[in-house]
Amino acid sequence: MTSARQATLIARKDLLIEVRGRHALGTLVPFAATVLVAFGFAFGPGREVLERVAPGLLWMAVLFSAVMASRRAYQTESEDGALEGLLLAPIDKAAVFLGKAVAVTVELLALVIVVLLLVMVLFDLSVADPFLVLAAFVLGAIGLAAVGSLFGVVAESSRTREAIFPMLVLPLVAPVLIAGVRATDLAAAGRSGEVWSWLGLLAAFDVVFLSVGVLVFGYLLED
Amino acid sequence: MAATAERALGKATSRSGEHLLGIAALVALGVSAVMSLVVAPPDAVQGEVQRIMYVHVPSAWLAYLCFFVVFIASIAYLKTKKTRWDRVAAASAEIGVLFTSLAIVLGMLWGKPVWGTWWTWDPRLTTTAVLLMIYVAYLAIRRITDNPSRRARWAAVIGIVGFIDVPIVHLSVVWWRSLHQGPTLFRLGPPEIEGTMLLALLLGVAAFTITYAYLMTLRLRVGRLEERVAREALSPLVGAER
Repeated sequence: MTSARQATLIARKDLLIEVRGRHALGTLVPFAATVLVAFGFAFGPGREVLERVAPGLLWMAVLFSAVMASRRAYQTESEDGALEGLLLAPIDKAAVFLGKAVAVTVELLALVIVVLLLVMVLFDLSVADPFLVLAAFVLGAIGLAAVGSLFGVVAESSRTREAIFPMLVLPLVAPVLIAGVRATDLAAAGRSGEVWSWLGLLAAFDVVFLSVGVLVFGYLLED
Repeated sequence: MAATAERALGKATSRSGEHLLGIAALVALGVSAVMSLVVAPPDAVQGEVQRIMYVHVPSAWLAYLCFFVVFIASIAYLKTKKTRWDRVAAASAEIGVLFTSLAIVLGMLWGKPVWGTWWTWDPRLTTTAVLLMIYVAYLAIRRITDNPSRRARWAAVIGIVGFIDVPIVHLSVVWWRSLHQGPTLFRLGPPEIEGTMLLALLLGVAAFTITYAYLMTLRLRVGRLEERVAREALSPLVGAER
């Protein structure tokens, strides 16, 4: 069985658990919505300000949700010793990482669609170039999922000190936040020509973190 | 018996080497202080306040040097699994966090009179702040687990990933906005800095680097002792088991 096939199976397993149990999205969608409404209270009710900060708020909501989703991805494994089973299975450790990353990416994108609609309604965000906005979110979600799936194991094992995981992930994904918000902002304003370099940065981040994750993930698990 | 003598000898030589390094660091810092405060002329535009440069730039240099050492030691640890490399990474990360904070605070003290603001979202400032956050998290993660091998592996992965992230963070922030005074030293063509000032600056960098070496030897010794305490505190229990 090739690593790609193993990764697909892991991703499929995680998404199946998600579809049947709706653990992540069942909490994440209401969570993201609550965060957005709270942002609305913080920056509203003036439309002008809300419209201007909307891309940033959108990405903040996705960022927080990514932290929760990656932690969740490993919580399911720690129950009933599932992680040990996964480690004992004759599969590539890198495939576990890639599979988790794919599953978290898909979950995040499902969340993004809901959040994007919410922001367009609540904050009156009009998107001139929806294709580029979606591209930014796909690339951004991959980057967030890569970092989250890499260190989710650490989060799971440090449950008693919950702040540590976001403390590690948030600075690491600073480029995703910056590039994502800029790209969304420019695409929403219809300045599509300037979006491409930001999308390139997001893609570079994805490639770097997916490859580094494949190389080092095994070391995090080896016990 | 021979082993004990050898260990005692090894300890004695390492301690005297340590003292020598300490003295060298002290002398170098003293000379650098005289150079930067007395010998070097005040800046034509910024006046006396520009002298902060002689400690700000060496601190920033050390910050990046420390994290580079963490990066290399982390790779070496994952490759060899020798605890020595983990101790090197941990020691260097602690010193790095210290000097990164120092560089940021000194930069603020310099920025206030010159730029009129404590903080600006300039690429180098922002990158350094992100760097500080990553390595504070690195140190925090080192504290959460009692399992030394797991702690070392996790820390090594973060030490590698964190360092690889730095250029990407920097690039993203450069595109985001820029205001910092351009690099004066590391560029093509003759440096745009007066001779004595350059000498004072290079001396500062050298003095800080020697200080780093000294702090590393101290911290590594503490690390070795910590490990010994952990081992020996455990051994009576192991003996009782038997």
